[in-house]
Formats: sequence, C-alpha cells, structure tokens
Amino acid sequence: MLILECPYCGVKAEETELAPGYEAHLKRFGPGSSPEEFEDYMFARKNPKGVHFERWRHAYGCGKWFLAARCTATLEVFGTYPAQTSEPPADIIAKIQARRPDWQPDWKGTK
Amino acid sequence: MKRYSVFAIAREALRYHMGWERAWASPEPKASYDAIIVGAGGHGLATAYYLGKNHGITNVAVIEKGWLGGGNTGRNTTIIRSNYLQDPSAAIYEKARSLYETLSQDLNYNVMFSPRGLLMLAQTHHEVRGYLRTVHANTLQGVQTEWISPQRVKEIVPIMNIDGPRYPVLGALYQARGGTARHDAVAWGYARACSAMGMDIIQNCEVKGVRSENGRVTGVDTTKGFIGTKKLGMVVAGHSGQLAEMAGFRLPIEAVALQALVSEPIKPCMDVVVMANTVHGYMSQSDKGEMVIGGGTDGFNNYTQRGSFHHIEETLRALVETFPMISRLKMLRQWGGIVDMTGDRSPLISKTPLGNCFINCGWGTGGFKAIPGSGWAMAELMAKGEPGPLAAEFNMWRFKEGQFIDESVAAGVAH
Repeated sequence: MLILECPYCGVKAEETELAPGYEAHLKRFGPGSSPEEFEDYMFARKNPKGVHFERWRHAYGCGKWFLAARCTATLEVFGTYPAQTSEPPADIIAKIQARRPDWQPDWKGTK
Repeated sequence: MKRYSVFAIAREALRYHMGWERAWASPEPKASYDAIIVGAGGHGLATAYYLGKNHGITNVAVIEKGWLGGGNTGRNTTIIRSNYLQDPSAAIYEKARSLYETLSQDLNYNVMFSPRGLLMLAQTHHEVRGYLRTVHANTLQGVQTEWISPQRVKEIVPIMNIDGPRYPVLGALYQARGGTARHDAVAWGYARACSAMGMDIIQNCEVKGVRSENGRVTGVDTTKGFIGTKKLGMVVAGHSGQLAEMAGFRLPIEAVALQALVSEPIKPCMDVVVMANTVHGYMSQSDKGEMVIGGGTDGFNNYTQRGSFHHIEETLRALVETFPMISRLKMLRQWGGIVDMTGDRSPLISKTPLGNCFINCGWGTGGFKAIPGSGWAMAELMAKGEPGPLAAEFNMWRFKEGQFIDESVAAGVAH
C-alpha cells in the first residue's frame, strides 16, 4: 500500500485518501506557443522506470496539492514536498541520490 | 510442422503420445534478419505471422525478454468485442474480431474463440444516451450491436440484479458475436505458425539498446549479442516508452498497473461477458467455472505488475451490488499487468522518427481483443513502409495535430 506524508498537514496518508495527479514540474505552454511545445506539454511524459516526480492531492484530508518523489520500478517513496516550487528541494535530491547513486536529475524542461 | 487433427490424436493415442513434436523451435539468433520484432506477446507474434502470410517476409526474428506470451497476453481477462464509437477503432477492432472467428482454422491451433455475447451495462442516463449513440455508429460502421432493455438483460443474465439501489440497470449495449478466447492459446498458436514458416522466436533475450545510423536502425543490442536487421518493429506494451528511449524518441505514453482476479470455480451461471463501465467492473465465467473479473487502472505510474488493493475492493463492491450471488465467492488469484496509456486511450500503430523502425503500442486496457487486427495492420505497415487503411489514423503525430481517436470521451472502454 502506498503511503505518502502530506507536507502540509503532516498526516501519513494512505492511497485511498489521495488523488493522483501524474507528472510534476511540467512547464506550461499556452496560446502563442508552437504546436511541438504544446504537444509536449499536453502529452509527452517522461514515464521513467525509476525515479519519478509526481503530483498528489490530499483529497480526503487537507485538500492540498503536494509533490512526491517515488520510484516506479519498486514503489519506494523518497519523500514529499510542497507544490510551491519549480524543482525538487535539495534534501529530496540528497535522499534520492543516497538510494540511487546512478540517478541523474532529469526534472527540468519537458524533453 | 505436423498438423493437429482428429487423426493425429488417434495416431498418437495408439503410440502412447510419444510422437508429438515441440510446437515451436527455440533457436539461437542469426547475425541478421530482414525484420526483427521486439516482443513475443500476442501483438508481436501476430505481426510476424501476417508479415509471413500476407507479405511473404519470413526471414524474421521475434525477440522476447521473458517467456512467450508472459506479459499482458497472459494477464488479461480475454474479452473480445468491437463495439467502439470512433470509426478507426471500430474498423480495427472489428477486423480483429472477424479474424478471431476463423483463427483456430487459420492457425491449426484451437484458440477456443467463444462468441458468447457481450453486454455493456448502462447504469446511468448518461450511459444510456452514450450507448444508443454507439449502436447507431456501429450500424453505420457495419458492426453488429443492438440496444436491449433491462428485461432482456435479465433474461440473458438471470443472476443479475437489475434494480440495484445505486446503479440500476437501465439497458445494455449488446454485441452478440463478442466473447472470449483462450489468451495463452492465441500466443501459442501464432508462435507455432511463425515457427513453421521458418521464423526465429528467441525467448529470454532482452533488448539493451537500439543502434541506428543516418536515421535508420541497423540492429539491436541484446543479452544474446548484437542482431542486425533491415526493419525493426517494437511491439512491447508496458515497456514501449523504455524501448523508444533506447531508439532516441519519446512516446505520448504513461505506464500504469491494471489488475484482474479470478474466483474459485463454480457451476455454470453466466454464459455471456458483462461489462459495467460506470463502476469499473467486468466479469465473465471461464470454462473452468472461475468468475474472471477485471477492474479499472491504478492512478499512478507503475512498472511493478502490482496494483493497489483498494481498486480490487472497489471493483468487487460494485459487482456484488449487480451480482448479489457472488458476495460469498472466494477469490483464488489476483495479478497485475503494466498497460501503456496514450492521451486519447487509442493505440499507436505508427512510423517513427527512424525510417525503418515502426511501433505498435498504447493498447492500454484493451489490447487482447485487437491482437489479430493489430498484427494485420502492423505487418502491412512494416512490409510496405506506409500504413494501410487500418493503421493510418493511429499514427503518433496525431497528438500534435489534434486528430485524436478519442475513446476516453466515447466511453466505449473501462478505465
């Protein structure tokens, strides 16, 4: 069972309390952007087999959106952090690198 | 290949069944092939089979990381139907369904196709309107479906409670020639036929890299060494994105887990397939008597072939309301598979940025039913280098152009 700690209210919420929101740190493209940029924003996902940054909402709790770092190959959770950021905080990166020495940070951009 | 027949059974019965030969060979890979297909599941093997049968290309290898048919081909709920709303979907799924009708004869292998009929329950007024629209669309597409009343549903499925308090049955979309088939036998039958045509099926051989020069694939690096090829077909479902990354392009795909489960075997009680999309539950009864149950996908990226327990709970809770008699059934087995979901919930059968590399993926929660049609269309694409009418609209550039084949909105499928 997937358990994520809500960084806002501190509750260790199990999956039924949460609503998934898929990939985090997407850069938005709207009117005026090229078709390629808009396609990437809408549909191209990293979908990694390994470290994944993703959005979750504490739907049946405080109701807030937060972000999580999780491994899609093992379901290991590295940590959660508030959504008001454009990249993962240093302590989350350190935790991931401690567990996955070969991992290269890859959250920037949509490519 | 010795043909299977009643005479073969009689002949073998007289010699203690010592004369049966292996259904397919397990060769070591050659240095190069005219075409390599990655993935020996139903879709990959069907692609190889129709490459040989329809296009005369038999210098083909099918490479498989694990064992043949051990991915989603061996993990689905074996449902076959073609009652889709959108024209391109209806065309390819109906092609597949019609090929299933004679597949056992074509392959000389009993795939146990059972066109027992399939009901898609309407349990909200929104669904009633949606399925009436689908029936009209199917009529124009030449797919035989009909709208039936709750009373008719009750006649066809006496064990169903059509007056449930939350989700009463308001009618159903009925496809009389939908049904099920033996999923393993589909993979095995295609594998045997491919092997008989001289193709190499190479199991336990994982692709580790895709080599290309000047925009064309030259071969693949595998755990059994480098294998050269003139054409490459990627047909691997859950790991499509991983393979595409090796080839240097990205797919509009996310991998999530989908689960299924079976009950203890009971006496025959339901001779059709029932799908209830509002509550994400579908059920049929296997020849062994087990109730085969599927549900919705999990909501997060996952490559583990393990799903979340609460999704099974939700599926069973909904099905118990519609089928009160299953409430005391014990569940025997539960498993998960990794499905590749596209943005419009329709597959990709497409050329790629590499000239001689083709991809067939994104079947999401509904790939098994499509196997023969998918293989047919993919073989045509690989043989000619251009898609035929079945595959044309399933290209990977439709997302940029907004030419969606929008089955997620059409609600013809459960997810």
